[in-house]
Amino acid sequence: MAEIKYLSEHYSKPEFKTLDGYKKHGGYEQLARALKMEPQKIIDEVKASGLRGRGGAGFATGVKWGFLPNNGEPRYLLCNADESEPGTFKDRLMMERAPHQLIEGMLISAFAIKSKKAYIYIRGEYMGPAAILEKAIAEAKAAGLIGKNILGSGFDCDLDLYLGAGAYICGEETGMISSLEGLKGQPKLKPPFPAVQGYLRKPTIVNNVETLAAVVPIIRDGAAGYRKYGTEKSAGTKLFSISGNVNKPGTYEVPLGYKLMDLINIECGGLKPGRKLKAVVPGGSSAPVITAEECEKATLDYECLAQMGTMLGSGAIIVIDDSNCMVDVLSTISHFYHHESCGQCTPCREGTGWMERIIHGIVHGHGNEGDLDLLIKIADNMKGRTICALSDAAALPVLSFVTKFRSEFEYFIREKKSQVRGGQIYAQLHH
Amino acid sequence: MFKLSDEGLKYVKTELTRYEAKQSAIIRCLYRAQDENNGWVSQEVIQHLSEVMEIPAAQIEEVATFYTMFNKTPVGKNHIQVCVTLTCGMLGGRELCDSMMKEAGCKKEGEVSPDGLFTFSKVECLGSCDTAPMLQVNRDSYIENLNTEKGVELVRNLRSKARGH
Ligand SMILES: Cc1cc2nc3c(=O)[nH]c(=O)nc-3n(C[C@H](O)[C@H](O)[C@H](O)COP(=O)(O)O)c2cc1C
Ligand code: SF4
Repeated sequence: MAEIKYLSEHYSKPEFKTLDGYKKHGGYEQLARALKMEPQKIIDEVKASGLRGRGGAGFATGVKWGFLPNNGEPRYLLCNADESEPGTFKDRLMMERAPHQLIEGMLISAFAIKSKKAYIYIRGEYMGPAAILEKAIAEAKAAGLIGKNILGSGFDCDLDLYLGAGAYICGEETGMISSLEGLKGQPKLKPPFPAVQGYLRKPTIVNNVETLAAVVPIIRDGAAGYRKYGTEKSAGTKLFSISGNVNKPGTYEVPLGYKLMDLINIECGGLKPGRKLKAVVPGGSSAPVITAEECEKATLDYECLAQMGTMLGSGAIIVIDDSNCMVDVLSTISHFYHHESCGQCTPCREGTGWMERIIHGIVHGHGNEGDLDLLIKIADNMKGRTICALSDAAALPVLSFVTKFRSEFEYFIREKKSQVRGGQIYAQLHH
Repeated sequence: MFKLSDEGLKYVKTELTRYEAKQSAIIRCLYRAQDENNGWVSQEVIQHLSEVMEIPAAQIEEVATFYTMFNKTPVGKNHIQVCVTLTCGMLGGRELCDSMMKEAGCKKEGEVSPDGLFTFSKVECLGSCDTAPMLQVNRDSYIENLNTEKGVELVRNLRSKARGH
């Protein structure tokens, strides 16, 4: 097994960005095919393919589509292109290199779920990809692929781009819906789930960019063809964005079930000379960190990582070598979650701030003996008690860092300096 | 008093018809007004938009204050946003920002440099972790794979560009 270009087959070709270039490589042929199918047959195929959401939670896509009520109300399809989880940048590659693949996947999905209006919600910082998408949408509209009576099928679907303005919480599906409604991007209590009551209180499906793009090859190759890759419970391929201390960071597509260490050593060219692997955050900043020893056994699929007490998440792998101070790394993560908490729930609003203050205290040499147990207690109390999962996302890294690298934290508290880099980390050098 | 240009007004009118709910146009219209108001959203901007869009000022203000990409205080001609989260933090984003600020003559984040050319913000993940450390100048460009020297040079280049080379 090795890197495989299945979804990303043509990403290196600049013409793939344009409608003509995309069509040259079979673009929109699957849309034409899908429009001749029964919508339910498409949902069944997606279900059978085993496709799981690529935005973080890994929920079965076809099953989610099946939750839509049959009450005759208009339905919406929202593509989640917010991509704000630290470490994640794979959707950006897709949108930059293959905007029409996303549009085609969305149109097929919209047809399957009987939605006549679809939005791509893209984070405000992604001005480059947003411009590429707007161009592609305009091309598709001019070619009659978006709008009324698509390809003469009688199916109408409008598709538009919505720009965010810098808020991680708008990646959470109900936060995104609030934002799209012109409000602060604050999440809403579930249930009701968006599939029942979403955008403008109408049934709404929210899916990630990569999830929707994967619908195209599922229609082309059928569920069985798609399942040629991956494992029983983690079907298909996945784009992984890898960053941190590796020689060749970037986005790589591999079949699910691929060995983490192979991805690091083969695709990413390993670590810098003389450096040793210390830890890996395997699925975006909210995924619990794993030690170098655990990395040896890790395969990149939903079930293995869940068994190890962490998660595949959005497929964002951050590689940390022995030149890094885990206390410092956790302090940047904790700052992030405090900054991004929307403030609605007390455990999240207060907890993220409290944890950040304690960790900053340690970093600045004011740590106390009881700090670590206090951090664990706060984090434990933040889990599962709030409107959305940001609170959990903030608690999990704290719990895993403090538990798995406890001695490094203890050293810092005792000695008032880091165990690595000769004791000098950013905060101590600059403040 | 702040007023949108004629083109800006036309833009806002079109945006108002673009989405299912008219409030959905607030973000785009705030961007437009911010661009026309030297990079920041003042109370006057909010008042003006409220009148043009026929949406209560409180609702526009709520959006403007919730999202970090709207500046609530004046910024320099080049608003430089340096990513300091996880990977960029590990690979020197914070040091990069500090050295650029020093070169530009900014004592702290959010401050406008004495020549009016620069404002720096340390921002959360910009989604370009493979090219860390990186930054964004205003809203239109990502500048990637940086180090301290390249960052300082960028400040110098932007300065000479602003002074007509
Ligand atoms: C705090 C938070 C942030 C999230 N950010 C994103 C994001 O940036 N992109 C994304 O696709 N999903 C994100 N999600 C997950 C979405 O809520 C949702 O589960 C997902 O978009 C569903 O699509 P999928 O089933 O195709 O994965 C986030 C969730 C939480 C709790
Ligand atoms: S958990 Fe945090 S981010 Fe989510 S709704 Fe509550 S306060 Fe907001």
